[in-house]
Order: sequence, then C-alpha cells, then structure tokens
Amino acid sequence: MPCLRKMERMIVSMQDPDMGIKMRNQRLLITVIPHAMTGNDIVEWLIQKYGISEEESLHLGNLIVKHGYIYPLKDPRSLVLRADESPYRFQTPYFWTSTKWPATELDYGRCHRATGTDTGCHPFAATLSATASLAAIYLAKKNIRKQGDLIEHEKDNYNLLHKRINHTWDFVVMQAREQLRAAKQRRKGDRIVIDCQEQAYWLVNRPPPGAPNVLEQGPERRNCHTTRVQLTKNMDYYKREIEYCRKAMARTRVKSSICLEGYIKFNEQYVPHDPIMSGCLPSNPWITDDTTYWAMNAPTVTIPTKLRVERWGFNFSELINDPLGRTQLLEFLKKEFSAENLSFWEACEELRYGEQSRISEIVDSIYQQFLAPGATRWVNIDSKTMERTLEGIKTPHRYVMDDAQMHIYMLMKKVGEGGAGQRRAGQDPDVSAGPGLLPTVPQVGPLQEPAGRGHHSPGDQEAVRAGAEPWGPPGVVPAGSDPVLPAGSSPSCASSGIPAPARPCCCPRAMPRRGAGALPPPPCPRRRAESPPALRERPDPAHSPAAGPCRQ
Amino acid sequence: MATEGLHENETLASLKSEAESLKGKLEEERAKLHDVELHQVAERVEALGQFVMKTRRTLKGHGNKVLCMDWCKDKRRIVSSSQDGKVIVWDSFTTNKEHAVTMPCTWVMACAYAPSGCAIACGGLDNKCSVYPLTFEKNENMAAKKKSVAMHTNYLSACSFTNSDMQILTASGDGTCALWDVESGQLLQSFHGHGADVLCLDLAPSETGNTFVSGGCDKKAMVWDMRSGQCVQSFETHDSDINSVRSCRLYDLRADREVAIYSKESIIFGASSVDFSLSGRLLFAGYNDYTINVWDVLKGSRVSILFGHENRVSTLRVSPDGTAFCSGSWDHTLRIWA
Repeated sequence: MPCLRKMERMIVSMQDPDMGIKMRNQRLLITVIPHAMTGNDIVEWLIQKYGISEEESLHLGNLIVKHGYIYPLKDPRSLVLRADESPYRFQTPYFWTSTKWPATELDYGRCHRATGTDTGCHPFAATLSATASLAAIYLAKKNIRKQGDLIEHEKDNYNLLHKRINHTWDFVVMQAREQLRAAKQRRKGDRIVIDCQEQAYWLVNRPPPGAPNVLEQGPERRNCHTTRVQLTKNMDYYKREIEYCRKAMARTRVKSSICLEGYIKFNEQYVPHDPIMSGCLPSNPWITDDTTYWAMNAPTVTIPTKLRVERWGFNFSELINDPLGRTQLLEFLKKEFSAENLSFWEACEELRYGEQSRISEIVDSIYQQFLAPGATRWVNIDSKTMERTLEGIKTPHRYVMDDAQMHIYMLMKKVGEGGAGQRRAGQDPDVSAGPGLLPTVPQVGPLQEPAGRGHHSPGDQEAVRAGAEPWGPPGVVPAGSDPVLPAGSSPSCASSGIPAPARPCCCPRAMPRRGAGALPPPPCPRRRAESPPALRERPDPAHSPAAGPCRQ
Repeated sequence: MATEGLHENETLASLKSEAESLKGKLEEERAKLHDVELHQVAERVEALGQFVMKTRRTLKGHGNKVLCMDWCKDKRRIVSSSQDGKVIVWDSFTTNKEHAVTMPCTWVMACAYAPSGCAIACGGLDNKCSVYPLTFEKNENMAAKKKSVAMHTNYLSACSFTNSDMQILTASGDGTCALWDVESGQLLQSFHGHGADVLCLDLAPSETGNTFVSGGCDKKAMVWDMRSGQCVQSFETHDSDINSVRSCRLYDLRADREVAIYSKESIIFGASSVDFSLSGRLLFAGYNDYTINVWDVLKGSRVSILFGHENRVSTLRVSPDGTAFCSGSWDHTLRIWA
C-alpha cells in the first residue's frame, strides 16, 4: 500500500532528532514512561510542518494512530488521537502495519521475535499460520492473565484459533507462559509499553467487530506487476506500440499557451453560471430547501431565465442540447424554411444512439424522408458527402450518417451562432451583427446580484444590469415583482414588443446543385435582394394550404 | 532452427528499441509545444475567496460500504450501490428511498442512471452489467424485469449510458472497456489496450460525442474513439493505479500532455474519485482518508477540505446543474454538499 509508505516517511520525520517531535518522559499515573509525547505535541507538530489547520491536523493524526504507527498509553483500547496531554508513543517498526508479507512468501525469520522486545529489529515474513500463532499467543497471554475473563470477541477468536491450530496449541501456551514470565522481570514502564504496542498492533490487524478495518482494500486489483491481462511483450506488442507512436507523432498538437488560455476563457464564461461558485437565484435549493430555482429552470418552462438564454449564446451545442433552446432553434429554422435540418439531425442522433435491431429501419426512414431525390424534407448536403452517404446506406450501420449529420450540424451552428453575433462582435466579419435568434425570447432577469462564493469582480454588477435591456421586453422585472414572470409581459414570444430585427438569412452563399427532376425552390421570404435562393424544404402542405401536395 | 531463433530475437530486440526511441521522440514532440505552465497563465486570474460548503443531506440506508453513485438528469434523484449488493434509488432532496433492488452479487462497484430517468444499470463482482427499468407500480418487483446486458470476464468497475437509454459503456477488471446494445445485449465495440484492470471511465461532452476516457491500474489514462475501438491518445504520468492516485492530474487533450498536478504534502492517501464543478474552476476529489479536497484548478491550490465521512470516500459526482455534489463512502452513507 503506497500510502503506508508515505505515512512511514512522515513518522520517520516526526522522530527526527532535530526537527521532529520533542519526546520526554510522560507520567502515566505513578509510572514514568520514557520517549513519549502528548497528543498536543503531535497536533502542533503537524500544523507547523504542513501548514494545515488544527482540524486537519487532528484528522491526520487520528489516521496515523488508527493505522497503528502511534499508540496511546492511556486507554490503549481506543486508537484515537486526543489533542491534550494524553501520552502517546511511536510504534516499533517491528509492529508497523506495512510489515505484512503476502501469505505465499516463504517463512523465514521465525518466532524468536515473538517476545516483542522494543529493539529495532528487522521485519519477518509471516505466513498465515505464523500470524495465527502470534495472535494465539497474544490471546493466550491475555487469557492466562485475566484468568479466562476475555471480552466476547476475543473469546470467540481464541476458540477459533484453538480449533485452527490445534496441533501447535501446546507450543502456543508454552510461548505465552514464557513471555509472561519474562515480562514479570521487566520494569513496570517497559511492561506497559510492550502491552500497549501489542494491543495497538492487534487492534489494527484484528479489529473488534463493529470497528472499521483500516487495512481493508476491497476486491483485489491486479496491476502491471501481477497482471491477469495477457500482455506478453512479443513482436506484435512492439509493432502495435510503434504504430501507436507513429500515429501519435502525426497528431496535431496545440501550444500549451493557447490551450490553457482557452480553458481559462471557458472558466470565465461559465463561472457566473456555476451555482457553487456564484450562487443561483433565488437560492440554491439544497441550501434553503426552496425549489423555485429548479422550477424556473425546468427543461420546458414558458419563460427561460436570462442566464439560461445567455448560455445558449456561448456555443451552439448549449443551444441545441437544451430542450427549450432546441425549441427556439426549431421556431427560428421554421421561419427560415429550413426546419428539416434539425429534424434530420435528430433522426441521425436516434440512429447513433438507438437500438441495434432498428438500424436498418431508421436508416431507411432517414433516406426516404431526407435524402432520396425529391424527398419531402430534403436536406442539402454537398455532393461528395451525399455520394458517400448513399454508398454507405447500402450496408447500413449506426455511424453511416455521421458525415451528413456533421455537415448539417455545422450549417445550423453557423446560423444559430451567427444570431449571437453581437455578443462576439469582431470574431467573424462574415456574420452580420444582427441579434438573430436570441433576443426575441423574453427572459427573466435577476432581481439582485446572487450571493456568490469566491471572488466577484466589480465589473459583474454592471454587466448584469446592462445586459438586461436589449434582451427582454421593456420594463422587465421591476424591483419587488414576482421573479418568475416579468410584470405586465405576456409569455408568448410573438408579443415581446420588440420589432422584428433584421436577421441574417440562413441561405448559404454557395448553392450546390439539386437533384434532377426537383422543383425549383420557392424564393426565401426574408432574403435580401442579392443573396441566392435559400436551402429549405418545400412548404409543408399541412402548414401552407395554398400550395398543393408535394410530389414525391 | 537455431539460426531462425537468433534472427527472431534480433528482430524482437530491434523492434523494442525502435518502439522505445519512438516513445522518446514522441515525448520530445509533445514538449516542443509546451511553452507555458498553467499556473503562469493563471496568474492574471483572481484567487478564490473563502469557501464554505456543508453537508446539506445525509442519505442513510445502505447496510454496507457505498461504492458508486450517479445522478439522474432531474438534478435530484440519485442511484447508489453498495458492497452488500443493494442498489437504491433516492430522491436525495427529500432523502426518501424510491426504489431498491438486491443484486445477486456483492461489491456492486458500478451503477448508472439512464438519461431518460426510466432505468438504472449496475454491476460488480458478477462480471455483468444489468439494466433495471424503474416503475412506480405498487408491488413492483424490480428484480423480475432485470435485463443482463454486458458480460465481462472479470468484475465490472464502471458503467455509463451514452446519450440514450439504449447503449451502455462498461469498464472491467478484465482490462477492457466495451459498448453494448441494451435491448439485445449485443457487444457493439470493445476497447483493448489497457495492461491491467480498468477502473473508471467518462464520456467526452463533445459535439460529435464520439470519445471517452478510461483509467486503469496500468497507470494509464486512455482516450478512445467509440466508432473504431482505437485508442487515440494516452497519458502515462501517474505513479500508481488510477483510482488511488495520491495526486490528481490534469491532462489537456489538445496540448496532448499533463498540465497540472494537484497534491499536498499532508495528503497521504489516494483519491478515489473526482469531478469538476460546472465552470471547471473547481475540482472536487474524494480521498481514502475520509475527506474531500476542493482544488482551484487554475491556481493549483487547495481551496478547502471537507470533513464528515467516517470512512473512505469511494465515489463523488457533481449534480447535472452544478448546484451540489454527492459523495458516497465506506461509512455506509451518502452526503450532498452545497
């Protein structure tokens, strides 16, 4: 266990003659114990050494005691660190928790160390039976000393061991008697120390029922050294490594400065939306037990909050992945007579993440609706992609629409993000600066600044208030009004009161050829004089009764 | 023949040295574009102030160590699994238990909530991943509707639904990850490459939704292409099993390198699970020393340490809307922090 090694290094530095804890004689009732320290000493040293708080220091100290590296002299049954004058001592390395060898190791260095003397001796390899013998000797000693009056679980263990190593029981009892006799000849101080050392060791290695077992690791994991995965390093293995390295070398990398700046920008953009960092309005439900925040931000709510709408402007995937945002997108696309793009994209998602058994069916349906020449909801994809896709359809699989889907996604993205052009002015000169999609959605602004954690830059206040004006209906959220609905405004998008802004048409400049036999597309109702005909579906008969039924 | 054997050894040796020299060159290439450290770029960013997060809910009900948990998209329900085989669905806001099922195995190390909220998946020492639909019938017998989806040759360590209820991604102690069709149980793609047990996985939130990352006992973090089954990137700077690493490390996929390490002298024990806050500024990590450390991702400093659990923290996830995070522990409880 690597953490035990780190703990041991800590223990060693704690015992450093110059920088370690100052040890001295500690009084335990009438006996004097040498080389001991108080709980306070330990906590103080940890605070000094690692620059941590008292709470953390106490917690860390407790872990050290729980793992048996420091043991209490007063109340040795309880492996707890008290930040007071209680005396503690460092465990002898002989009894260190890490001194545990796997049961398969050969037994060498036998039980002559079983007397447990406090001399820095080398660890010995214990087989399962050797550990059992030690446990048995320990309990036998206790049994003799207490004249059979053991604690419940100790009694159970004792009987269990008796059964298990019955054949060596004479040896066990003999050793126990020998150790007790030898102990009688020691000074009281030494006797106490040895008892506490043993007690601590067994508390860690054989915790009483109900007490947590700090040594428990969970189901065994194999790592590289004892791997169950067959990774023989033969020629194939190295050939794969070489192949991988070659591919990896060829991959495009981006400079760290650019990546990290990008990450910071992402942080800065999202921090106001991070409830843990900036709080949320009206309050965090977990803190106040008030679920209004969730009600206001439900997936399909009539009026989205200002923050939510702002987030749609960050990037297209925020817009399309929010159910409300997607509805808005659909409305917008419908107005541009290009709603088929979203439907196509959704159908492709259904294919990619859908049931295996329905793949052929879904591919066929997509083809019929969106790709076949003269399809009712024909999507405009460049000819190369169309060719590839049609070819792929012959052997349908769940990724067969990927290229086409990406093409349409990028198209919608350009439109959707183009709408947010005024927020990112200067980034893309081709995108017109019209507000586009977003501001026609009435939103709820914050009543007041949320009580945020961490740092708030003074600029935030202004940004929030200034942002309110162009976005919502005039007079939105006067102070004191119901935070959910702006006073006096109606929930529907159309009656927002803002004149319809000039928006960029979603007609791409380059118009690929349509399939032969297709009707010429109707003119785009919103296009400016100079732009080419739009790419969109033929008016759906259901929506425009004037047009005749579409030919198939 | 003897000469053939010799030839083969030479080729093996030459391949090995070629592989090694290429690895060296790869490291050089990666280093070339490393022009700045994260903490340098982060100098202009304001430091975070005092952070106070508290336990807002404690979920008691598991009879043994909690091993895994997952949030429902509704931001309040969670599913949790434990060592004794019990899987519980909670409304963590009210702390009510809504569903419970007992798996036929112990150590249920993986559980996941379906995106629709209508099903859960779980698995562990049974080497399988099973999906249970959730119903609200009076006398529901969840075990009866169980669907066995994934079959590995060793324990299941992690599972996750992709964008729909119909596909599951699993990671296993047999060293592989796999993508499954829930309805038929068919294996759609398997991912080989880890040299030891795979312990965790996470899907990438990208526009194309095609990649995921896995971490294993071979100290590697590997990024996979779900379509082809190929490993497209891997990072190997951890010094121990990924899942009990003493330091948390941040890798940038575009820069193709490690960019930060989050560690402290006073932290001896490994971190078992991590998650980012919504903005990515904070990193929450649950450790085997029973604590949760909150890191400032940009500055690299520890912002806060949270006490409360009485045994190791085994699982940690931030809620879908970022209002809170949930931690599960070997002390049999789950806690919601905000």
